[in-house]
Parts: sequence; structure tokens; C-alpha cells
Amino acid sequence: MSENNANAAAEGNIFTVSKFNLWYGDHHALHNINMDIKEHTITALIGPSGCGKSTFIRNLNRMNDLIPSTKLEGSILYNNEELVNSDIDVSKLRKEVGMVFQKPNPFPMSIYDNIAYGPRTHGVRNRAKLDNLVTESLKSAAIYEEVKDRMSSSALGLSGGQQQRLCIARALAVQPRVLLMDEPTSALDPISTGKIEELAMQLKEKYTIVIVTHNMQQALRISDYTAFFLLGDLVEFGPTEKIFTKPEDKRTEDYITGRFG
Amino acid sequence: MFEAHKKIINTEKIAYWIFLVLGVMNVGFVLMICVYLLIAGTPAIVKVGPIDFLFGTTWASTAAQPKFGILPFILTSIYGTIGAIVIGLPLGFFSAVYLAKMASRKVKAVIEPMVDLLAGIPSVVYGFIGMLVLVPGIRALFGLPDGSGLLAAIIVLAIMILPSIIKVSITAIEAVPEEYTLGSLALGANKVETIFRVVVPAARSGISAAVVLGVGRAIGEAMAVMMVAGNAANMPDSLFQSVRFLTTAVASEMSYSSGLQREALFSIALVLFAFIMVINGILNMLLKKGIKR
Amino acid sequence: MSVASTKRKIYKATMLSLSNICMAITVALVFFLIIYIFVKSIPYFSWELLSTSPSYLKGTIGVLPDIMNTIYIIFMALVLVLPMGVGTAIYLNEYSNRPKVEKAIEYCIETLAGIPSIIYGLVGMLVFCQFMGLQTSLLAGALTLMIMNLPTIIRTTQESLKTVPQSYREGAFGLGAAKWRVIRTVVLPCCIDGIVTGCILSVGRMMGESAALLFTAGFAHNLNGFFDAMHSAGATLTVALYVYAKEQGRFDVAFVIAAILMLMSLVINITATVLARRIQNKKGE
Repeated sequence: MSENNANAAAEGNIFTVSKFNLWYGDHHALHNINMDIKEHTITALIGPSGCGKSTFIRNLNRMNDLIPSTKLEGSILYNNEELVNSDIDVSKLRKEVGMVFQKPNPFPMSIYDNIAYGPRTHGVRNRAKLDNLVTESLKSAAIYEEVKDRMSSSALGLSGGQQQRLCIARALAVQPRVLLMDEPTSALDPISTGKIEELAMQLKEKYTIVIVTHNMQQALRISDYTAFFLLGDLVEFGPTEKIFTKPEDKRTEDYITGRFG
Repeated sequence: MFEAHKKIINTEKIAYWIFLVLGVMNVGFVLMICVYLLIAGTPAIVKVGPIDFLFGTTWASTAAQPKFGILPFILTSIYGTIGAIVIGLPLGFFSAVYLAKMASRKVKAVIEPMVDLLAGIPSVVYGFIGMLVLVPGIRALFGLPDGSGLLAAIIVLAIMILPSIIKVSITAIEAVPEEYTLGSLALGANKVETIFRVVVPAARSGISAAVVLGVGRAIGEAMAVMMVAGNAANMPDSLFQSVRFLTTAVASEMSYSSGLQREALFSIALVLFAFIMVINGILNMLLKKGIKR
Repeated sequence: MSVASTKRKIYKATMLSLSNICMAITVALVFFLIIYIFVKSIPYFSWELLSTSPSYLKGTIGVLPDIMNTIYIIFMALVLVLPMGVGTAIYLNEYSNRPKVEKAIEYCIETLAGIPSIIYGLVGMLVFCQFMGLQTSLLAGALTLMIMNLPTIIRTTQESLKTVPQSYREGAFGLGAAKWRVIRTVVLPCCIDGIVTGCILSVGRMMGESAALLFTAGFAHNLNGFFDAMHSAGATLTVALYVYAKEQGRFDVAFVIAAILMLMSLVINITATVLARRIQNKKGE
């Protein structure tokens, strides 16, 4: 584990968050967040619900742009580009920083069209290239075998777990560098959850993953780094092992040991 | 890839502006209607004099000494609308109560589309049936030389506003929380008492919206009324008088009008528009109040 | 106690019978209207009447031009109102980031919905026939109908836009799709049913409209092709019904037209009801 981390550190940070604040109207939702996210790692964001972890992750690909009356301060550098209040091309950013949502949200289209949606959005028209992308993405998301015979049937006919892996495949099809996962398993049964966790650990080879989770076992099982959020504060951030075995902050310890949450 | 992105951004900007323009065009249409009515409708009011125009009791637009008093039309429209509400409201209200609270699901599924059908029948068809059934009926019943007049118009209007009253009332009644009903039943009230003493009062702002909507429909209806009201420019002294409404006054002379007469017709439309704007204002107020509660 | 309970019984019986009687009257009314029109009109139906134009030479009447005019004007008005109405709904639901503009547009739509058709007819005559120089023509009529039906299309489209799950939009945005692409490829395809319902409701209103068309589309009974018809005057079925019944006293023709209109309303109503139920079921899924 430590070797792995050292490698990641050597490769540098893909996100550098410093003094980041966020308000919804008058509500100060995130206070002074500082965090470095390293490439080819899995970073888990944990904390009780309503603590700001989902809000935070949505700033890494500017999904918060969709919510009016949001005010931002501070800095989030992605690949040395400023994301906060800057006029970067969000479409390009979201191509590189993909997202998987809490509830599986396949579009009401065929399985093939779902996966091809992203590449088509970014200008891929060549049928052979699309076919290839779709197959590769489905394979990477470990769902190819289950759907290869019904590529043209509706994605809404899949089970919840399959839908979520389809959504991961959909996100992979645009060849992102980062994958943001917002409680991707909270709506799924344990078996599907296991499959997605396994998948996340495989994907780490090629992608950087930031995952919001309610489930501390999950964070412990799959992540390299863990960030503990509480009421809009980033209480503690560090290697997962350390957070779970020797937390520095009393509040982290209380949460980890299940004293609240 | 870069070129493709630039193109996408341009398309997006164009799309945004197209949709903004389409949205704003709606404002343009309303302004257009207001401005044209004002421009076309003001001159005659000024020439005749607002008091003489609004409160003059004689309309003789084609006489040698033309007179342009539209009080007969205003009063006819008001009486006609009140009459239609007096007949249509109880009928519609009790029907709505029946459909919302007493009918079984099956009955409701059959009758509701029938009410919709009533709303979908063109006004000329109502006028036509009125001409053939109602007018001779009134003539025979009351022994009159001609059955067309205020009463026939009132009945036709009452039927025409029925569907909107029923529809809006049902919505209002069904929006009353179930707890009210349960609370009342728990106190020993029977079902009918509960409906009329608890549910209906709770739905009153929605039901008044239904009334105002009906008023708006009735005052704006032209063709059906034109076919049964007789169309003489009389003061509405009796239910059997042949009368003209604001709408039919415009419609019946427009095609052959000229000069001041034509201008006066636009002024009538302007007065009608003023009525409608007031009614719409009240309606929106009631609907918003209903939503807030 | 017994007086009170008698009173309660009377109250209950009165209210109950009032509700039943009123419902019965309403239902009877609907049946009467339908049966009266169909029974009375059946003897007058003939293929000749339906398939020819009126001829002064032969002294015959045919309603084919009126049927065609109705179809033309509805088609043209729909072509005009659909982009306007759907576009406005999209602006209001998906784009609007200026509350003041949004409020102004909403207010105007409410106003449009309340304006009586005779006023649309007058303003249509002033603006389209005179100011824009279209003369009395089906195109002027269609433009008038377009404005009248904007609220219907806008409202139904807005309703169905609201039923599209936000997660679809998020998913598409998350893949880097820009707004118009999201709307075009994900949101609008989900709204087709709702928009079709709006169209059907509008077709019903357009078919039944007469006061707004008297002075904009006119009374002529000439049979034209679509493009010729657009810039010449023509009566729709409703206007023709008015003219035949009220001005010419030809009740036979009027009955046939009334029956056609009634049949069309029935068809439109049934279609709208079926569609609405389908949408309802979809929502329930």
C-alpha cells in the first residue's frame, strides 16, 4: 500500500484544493477545504449525510454550475487549471472528469446508445470506432458478457446493479482521467455492491477515482486515502489505514468507532 | 477536436438566444394585442366622449344621426354572465361534488371524458342546437313571437361554462387533504355533512376560481350567443328581449362597418378587453391563493 | 335531539339528491347533444355533399372546401405554434436564469389564455390582414390561431418537461454534453407524449374556433391546393356552419357539418384521454 502511495505522490496531484468555500444562498455549506488528490488512487469521502461530501465532489467537475445561487471561493486546481469561478470549457472538463451518480440513471435509450452517448457528444461519428469504444467500455465495467446479446434493447430493462455498471461504462466511454462516484452503491444490493467495489479497484490502474460513501467498510476495503467530512468541514484527510487506525481528531475517532453518524 | 468544441459552443449560444427570443415573443404578442386595441379603440371613445360612449343607452350606428352608446351591450354582457353563473354554478358545483366525492372510480372514469367532450364541442354547434331547440322551445313555452333573446343566450352560456366549472371544482375538491375528511368523520359527522361542511369550505378558493373562469368564458363567448340572442341593440329590460352582448356587437357589424362606426366597434372590443383583464387578474389572484394554502 | 337528527337527515337527503340530480342533468345533456346531432343529421349525409364544392350553377352545396380549409388551417397553425410553444416551454423550464423575464413571460401566457377569441379575431385582422398585408386569408387565420393556442402548447410541454427526471439531465451533463444537446437528445424524446397531447388539445380548439376566423380567414367556399389556399380566403367547418345555419337557413348542411364537428371532437377527446392515461401510467412506473 505504502509503495503504491509513494508512486502516486511521485506522479503528482491531479486535484489541488485550497481554501475552498461554498455557499448555497446564505447557507455556508463548505468551510475552507484543503485537499490534494493523487493520480491513480482511490480517495473515499466519508461522513454523515448532509455533511457536504456530495456537494464537494460536484465541484470537481463543475456539476454545481447547474444549481443557481451557489457562491464559490478559494481554489481547485485540476491538472494546474483553475476550476473555481473560471471560464474553462466545462464540457471538456467533464469529458476528463466523469461522474457516476447515486441512483443509476441510464437514459431511456438502448444499451448501445447509452454508452455511445458520450463519444457522440464529443464528436465521434465513425461507426467502427464507436463500436469499439462501446465494447471496450462495457468490458472495462465488467458488464459486457451480460449485455452483449441485447445491445439494442432498452437500458431501463436492466437490474439496478447492471444499470449502475452500465453508467460506469458510459462514463468510461469518453475516456476520462478521473471518475467521480457519488455513493454509487447506496441503491444496490450487497452482491451488486461487491461487483462495483471490485470494479473500482481494477479501474484504479487507469483512472483516478474519488468516491463518496456512507459505508465505512467500503471506504476501508477499496480506498487509498480517506477524507472525513463533518458539517461542511474537512475534519481529517490522510491515508485510509491511518484514518481508520490512528485518527488524529477526536471527532473522526468517534465517527469511525460508530459513536455517531 | 478543438474545432468541434468551438462549433458546439457556438451552437449552444445560438440555441440559447433562439429560445430566449421565442420566449420573449410571447410578451411581444400580448403587447401587440394591447397596443393595437388601444390604437384602434381609443379614437371613437374620444370622439363620442367617454361618458356618452359607456353610459349612452342608444346604439344606432347606421342612423342618419348615429348614436354610439354601449350601455345596452355592457349590461347585457353583465346580466348574461350573471344568469349563466346562476344556472351553471349549482349544476356544475353539485356535479363536481358528485364526481369528486360520491362517484365510484368506474363511474368517474366514464363521466369525466363526457365532461371533457362537453368542453370540446365547438361553440357554433352549441349555437346551432340552441337555435333549433332552445329558441322554439322558449317561444312555445312562453307564447312569444320570437324565442331568441337574453334567456336563450343565458342557457346556452350556462351549458358552455359547465365543463370548466366542473373541472376546476373537481381539482379544488380533490386537493383538500384527506385528514380533514377523517377528522370530521371521527367527530360523528356523516359523509354528506363532511363533504359539504368541511371539504367544500376548504376548497372554496378553488371553487371561486372556477366561478371566475366561468365568468371569463361567458363574457368572451361570441358565436353561440350571436346565434340565439336575437342581436337587436336593445336595453336588456326583460329575459325575452332580443339583445346584443359586447362580443356580438363587434361581430355582427364588423364585416360591413366603416368610419366612426368601425372605430366604435374597436372601442367596444377595448371595453371587453378591459373587463377580461380585470377578470383574469381576479382569477390569477384566486389561483395563487389556492396554491399557497 | 330528535329534531336535530331529523334536520340532519333532511340535510343529508337534500344534498345527496341535489348532487345526483345535477350529475344526471349534466350527463343527460351530453347524451342529448350527441344523439340529437347524429340522429338529425343522418338523413342529410350524402357522398355528394361531402365530396363536392358548392355550385351556384347547379344550385348544389358541398362541404369539401370547408373540410379542406379546416385541415389546411389546422396544419399550418400547428406548424407555426409547435416551435414557438415548445421553444417557449424549453426556455422557461430549462434555460431561464432571469427570474424577471421568466415572470413576465409567464404572466403573458396567462393573459393570452384568457383573451376571448373575438378579440384575437379583431387584432388578427388589424395586424395580419391589414398591417402585414396578408388580406383575409387562411394564413392570416392560421397566424391568429397560433397565438391563441400558444398557452395550450406551452403548458402541456412544461408539464411533461417537469416529469423528465433530473437524473437524466445530470447524467448527460456529467458526460460533458452541453445544454442544447442534453435537451435535444435526452429531455425532448421523453416529452413526445406530452407534446402530442398538447397538439391534440390544440387541434380540438382550432377545429372548434370560429369567432377568431370570421374576420381573418373569411367565408369563401373555394376548393384550393394548400399553397393557393394559404393566401386566399376560406371558411372552416365552424364558420361554414354559422353561415349556412344563420345567414342562409340551410339547416340540412348545417346538421351535416355539426355532425362532422361532433365526431371530430369525440375522436380528439378519446385520443387525448387515452394518451393522458398512458402518460399517467408511465409516471407510475
